[in-house]
Amino acid sequence: MPKLYTGAEIVFKCLEDQEVDFIFGYPGGAVLPIYDELKNFETIKHILVRHEQGAGHAAEGYARSSGKPGVVLVTSGPGATNAVTALTDAYMDSIPLVCISGQVPTHLIGTDAFQECDTTGITRPCTKHNWLVKDIKDLQKTIHKAFEVATTGRPGPVLVDIPKDIQFQKIKYLPFKKTKKLNGKSHSYYKQYDVDQLIDLMSKSKRPIFYTGGGVINSGPKASELLRELVRSTGFPITSTLQGLGCFPGDDEQFLGMLGMHGTYEANNAMHDCDLMINIGARFDDRITGKLDEFSPNSKKVHIDIDPSSINKNVKVDLPLVGDVKSVLSSIIKTIKKTKPNFLKSNKQNTSKWWEKIDNWRKKKSLNYINSESSIKPQYAIQRLYELTKNKDTYITTEVGQHQMWAAQHYKFDKPNRWMTSGGLGTMGYGLPAAVGVQIAHPNKLVIDIAGEASVLMTMQEMSTAVQYSLPIKIFILNNEYMGMVRQWQELLHDKNYSESYTAALPDFVKLAEAYGCVGIRAKTPDELDDKIIEMLNTDRPVIFDCLVDKQENCFPMIPSGKPHNQMILGPEDEKDNKITGKGKALV
Amino acid sequence: MPKSKSAYSVAGKKGKLETHIIVVWVDNEAGVLARVVGLFSGRGYNIESLAVAEVDSKFNISRVTIVTTGTPEVIDQIKLQLKKLVPVHKVASFKRDDEKVIFKEMALFKFVTNSKKIKLIINACKRFNPVILDETNKSCVIQVTALRREIDKMSKNFKKYGLVSISRTGAVAMTRGSEVFK
Repeated sequence: MPKLYTGAEIVFKCLEDQEVDFIFGYPGGAVLPIYDELKNFETIKHILVRHEQGAGHAAEGYARSSGKPGVVLVTSGPGATNAVTALTDAYMDSIPLVCISGQVPTHLIGTDAFQECDTTGITRPCTKHNWLVKDIKDLQKTIHKAFEVATTGRPGPVLVDIPKDIQFQKIKYLPFKKTKKLNGKSHSYYKQYDVDQLIDLMSKSKRPIFYTGGGVINSGPKASELLRELVRSTGFPITSTLQGLGCFPGDDEQFLGMLGMHGTYEANNAMHDCDLMINIGARFDDRITGKLDEFSPNSKKVHIDIDPSSINKNVKVDLPLVGDVKSVLSSIIKTIKKTKPNFLKSNKQNTSKWWEKIDNWRKKKSLNYINSESSIKPQYAIQRLYELTKNKDTYITTEVGQHQMWAAQHYKFDKPNRWMTSGGLGTMGYGLPAAVGVQIAHPNKLVIDIAGEASVLMTMQEMSTAVQYSLPIKIFILNNEYMGMVRQWQELLHDKNYSESYTAALPDFVKLAEAYGCVGIRAKTPDELDDKIIEMLNTDRPVIFDCLVDKQENCFPMIPSGKPHNQMILGPEDEKDNKITGKGKALV
Repeated sequence: MPKSKSAYSVAGKKGKLETHIIVVWVDNEAGVLARVVGLFSGRGYNIESLAVAEVDSKFNISRVTIVTTGTPEVIDQIKLQLKKLVPVHKVASFKRDDEKVIFKEMALFKFVTNSKKIKLIINACKRFNPVILDETNKSCVIQVTALRREIDKMSKNFKKYGLVSISRTGAVAMTRGSEVFK
């Protein structure tokens, strides 16, 4: 007679077989049987958060920095609804999450039972797939399938809803062998012919550009290596989206910086004027393209993506290659080596004029700002933070807003999986719990959440989690007392009517840190900034760093809404030189 | 150009709306229909008609036929999204005026009238395979199979014959000749 296991045990047996080390969760009535089994499975450690949204973002941070799926465990009703923001965030940014939620017993489903909600109904549009397990016989295969769906193809979140009575029922557990399957969907449609065509386009192009995104990161560290090899062997310029930062070294000569709404002048102009755009794992998001009708009007566009539905969704492309970035890049490199071993040499002349043009755009120094001796400029704070941490293999998370854009502009990454930010959904409150998850995955690394004071208050309770597990995360708050990005839009577009964007009653962050049992540090002037940052880095406990910055600073350069890439507005320094006249202002 | 007062770009030119018929083969399981129609409703698209039933009882496969109106770009996007759904096996689509495909809808008409008029009615819908499913001396229920616009027309014209109730299905589709949907 084979041993019978309860549904709750089956859940952990599955997690064991999926090599899960950590789950992020919060107990409640409908998952109690699962929590009851926790003690019997020593290889799986549970991280108790303070809010289910925090569990979701922590799992995202864990997944993005480790390349493994994040696992979330929540109860029914409010537990599940609280996780919805994090699931949607993971869906938009293609992060593999497996969320296991409790549900009321099957006989009570549909009766408005206590803490009941239609979890699979609510999460259907924000997961790749979800399941309500109504039969214990389906539990094992459903959980394994959930991991398969979350991690294959374009990654994303999935949810398994398990009613409480199923958690108590008993059944056999069948031995499981982890295999690489593709959830029944094919993800590779490109042919060698397409690769040959691409190389033909590349060798003819006079103004090429690589436009790379989060797909390179999702494809694994090997994809970043291949990308570097390809970019160096072609000599082409490369720009990256917000999510793709780190797959190519940020301080490299060939790197033009981030593109898009707050991207650099050279990256956006190069995108506009190029004759060949090679999109690798990016999705032509509206923050990138600006006005679609005038987006890079004279270029041939190539799109490498694992998700067929990303092709031609926003921008019509001339040559799509549907496949995993890693495998496509390796075929491209192989073919170049075989057919054009001297590509770089033969191509140098082709693109030399293009590089001259790019260097002229670079001379604008679009990320420059007017520094101050009396107040800390937020850009300066990030530059100092970068200089003082760049040799420490630092992991950066962010919240959403001005500080996020400044971090993307001024913090240079040279490795993938070091940059965790909520791009698609733009979730304020993402960075702090994400930092918790990153620190769990990398206990001995420096993890910093570059935050705004408004965002960080949304999930501030997770400091308590950081203290409980002795996670020395650093919360670096650029505190300007405003919802900065909202204030900036109001200044530029709504006649300086700062409607509700000022927080009049902020907590004292230093005292707040102390109340949580961690360390609070405050920097008020540029002179003391370096010392305070060093003090933060030398503290091996969680730190809340309250950096009081200039309240009026705006994030430039910027593409105003409804404008193409070549009509950026630059910062105040440029304005002073009268480069932006009345006409330029009317662009906003 | 209007001044955009938002963080989003101004809408570009809208594509031309076309009517498409989308056929989807899905696992017959709870929630699958919601997943399919969610891709339409999430984009603010209305489904003109919907027909769904199991066609393979061994493998539990249902065939869903959806008639909808949208720009070609959005229809393509919905098709690609449909193919990504886990319980979806196969997706096909056509324009309504595609000659290679047969579309049919079924309707039930109930008349409260006299036997003389019933004869007139049968005569009037002769082309659409009328079947009398129920008849009394002052009422009848007639089944017809036809195209959407033909049923529309009949239901309008039959008012004068004492038509009191209409029930109709969504369109179902099948390719002509030896070809099958791929």
